[in-house]
Amino acid sequence: MDEGTKSVLQKIPLLRTNAGPRDAEGWNRRLKEELLAVIKYVSNNKEQDRDWFFIQPDEKGIKWSGKCWYYLDQVRYEFELEFEIPATYPTTAPELKLPELDGKTAKMYRGGKICQTVHFQPLWARNAPHFGIAHALAMGLGPWLAAEIPDMVQRGVISSFAK
Amino acid sequence: MEELTDELRASFDKVLSTLNTQAREKTESLVRSLKASLDALTDSAKAREKIDQMSSEVTADNPYSRLMALKRMGIVEDYEKIRECSIAVVGIGGVGSVAAEMLTRCGIGKLILFDYDKVELANMNRLFFRPEQSGLSKVEAAKETLVEINPDVQFETYNYDITSMESFSHFCGRLKEGALDGGQLDLVLSCVDNYGARMAINSACNEIGQTWMESGVSENAVSGHIQLMVPGKLACFSCAPPLVVASEIDERTLKREGVCAASLPTTMGIVAGLLVQNVLKHLLNFGQVSECLGYNAMKDFFSLMVLQPNPSCSDSWCLKQQELFAQKVKAEEKNRAEIGSGEVEEDLPLHAENEWNIVVEDDPVESAGQKSELNEAKHKPAEGLKFEFEPAKSSVNNDELVAGSEKDIGELMSQLDQLK
Repeated sequence: MDEGTKSVLQKIPLLRTNAGPRDAEGWNRRLKEELLAVIKYVSNNKEQDRDWFFIQPDEKGIKWSGKCWYYLDQVRYEFELEFEIPATYPTTAPELKLPELDGKTAKMYRGGKICQTVHFQPLWARNAPHFGIAHALAMGLGPWLAAEIPDMVQRGVISSFAK
Repeated sequence: MEELTDELRASFDKVLSTLNTQAREKTESLVRSLKASLDALTDSAKAREKIDQMSSEVTADNPYSRLMALKRMGIVEDYEKIRECSIAVVGIGGVGSVAAEMLTRCGIGKLILFDYDKVELANMNRLFFRPEQSGLSKVEAAKETLVEINPDVQFETYNYDITSMESFSHFCGRLKEGALDGGQLDLVLSCVDNYGARMAINSACNEIGQTWMESGVSENAVSGHIQLMVPGKLACFSCAPPLVVASEIDERTLKREGVCAASLPTTMGIVAGLLVQNVLKHLLNFGQVSECLGYNAMKDFFSLMVLQPNPSCSDSWCLKQQELFAQKVKAEEKNRAEIGSGEVEEDLPLHAENEWNIVVEDDPVESAGQKSELNEAKHKPAEGLKFEFEPAKSSVNNDELVAGSEKDIGELMSQLDQLK
């Protein structure tokens, strides 16, 4: 993991409650912590003028959706972002999806699920159950965009996403 | 007069042409329906009838003769037992589809197939699926082929993602009540390609005390493994980080540009074969069932080891199953002591004669032990195997944890919304 990601991660609070959505009562507590951690992360980003995503959960906190964006040569590329909290959360991380990019890069599974680096799963497992949604975005989606967007721009497959 | 003849001829030609067209259409339609009936007849002639009882008669049209010969050769005592067995295969990809075909050809009683994916041309470097099946759901396409191969097998298919909240309870339900007799399955096979799905199978099996077998092929396609999981008796998938084959290829130098994973029909076929071999030994009670078997394709090196449950496993159901297993062992010991020695046929767990802590390798007994002890030399995996990653941190600093808040979820959601 690069130093940038590491320092970003260190500023996101860790979560306390080890509960997933199958445990209704525990999940309420966990969801509150998730929201607090995401709010903190977004605020950190805004302070540093490095805002790069927006997400909102459904009522139960299971389905999350929003947008993420990436600047390259002063052009903003923006994509729909969605993911679901799996039944085995927080032991396993959610699979982040950029459905609009499905088929545009090999670093993706069907439906637009991003293909994580070899470092993602070990790091998540090592920090379970303290890592949450904010951490998944910071160490999963952030580095993925940084590696894949320049490549896709160069191949000319995402010009329609320029804002 | 001439005009009249011309007119008559013209209308005669018209009538003739109409009749011709009608006749041609009728003939064509007749030919089409005849051809369809003929195709149906040929198909039904090709597909065989269901067979009520497995016969050991050696004839060219007995699909079970070579399997039943296992009895005559003294390998298997009761081969027909396989028809009462119900198995779930989760993940119908390069390993799962081949495993399902092997079980179908062996005459398994029932197969329940789970996968949310579709067949695509990129799968054609692996076995089983055919190019013309592209676009079909993997479970449907698999069933289509397998039913033709062996109509005696019952199939149930589910085209969904078992890790999603919407499907997980249904998935657990099918493991619990999906067998031929409406009860719990005999075995669940994990042939999935990701950690999340393996963990979902692990959670479900720990909850209902379901024996399962895990399988996997490495992303670089040159190693694979299978692992038997008996809740409470052997390590579960949460007891220790996943065991994988040590490839001696440095992960950091592995070229991953432009791809997620590589795959080979050979490695996947071999792993499917090892998996189903273990399944047959487990179900039909012959040979020695492997607890954990690693295969290194680069060196053709096989590793065997046993991983005992972790008394501080993070899965609370695993801990409950460990307790149940300890009670069972205790009861059996008591029973044995009361009855006396020798003569009694004991209802021991399968392969108890192997005791659960005997390894085939030279290495001493391996145990997941306490997670914090994993790094100690005595908990090192057998030669050729390694843990995929380090175990979870045992503790975190309190000041790194999220601070409490007076706000409720609704308030926090609108606070997040304002950050748009």
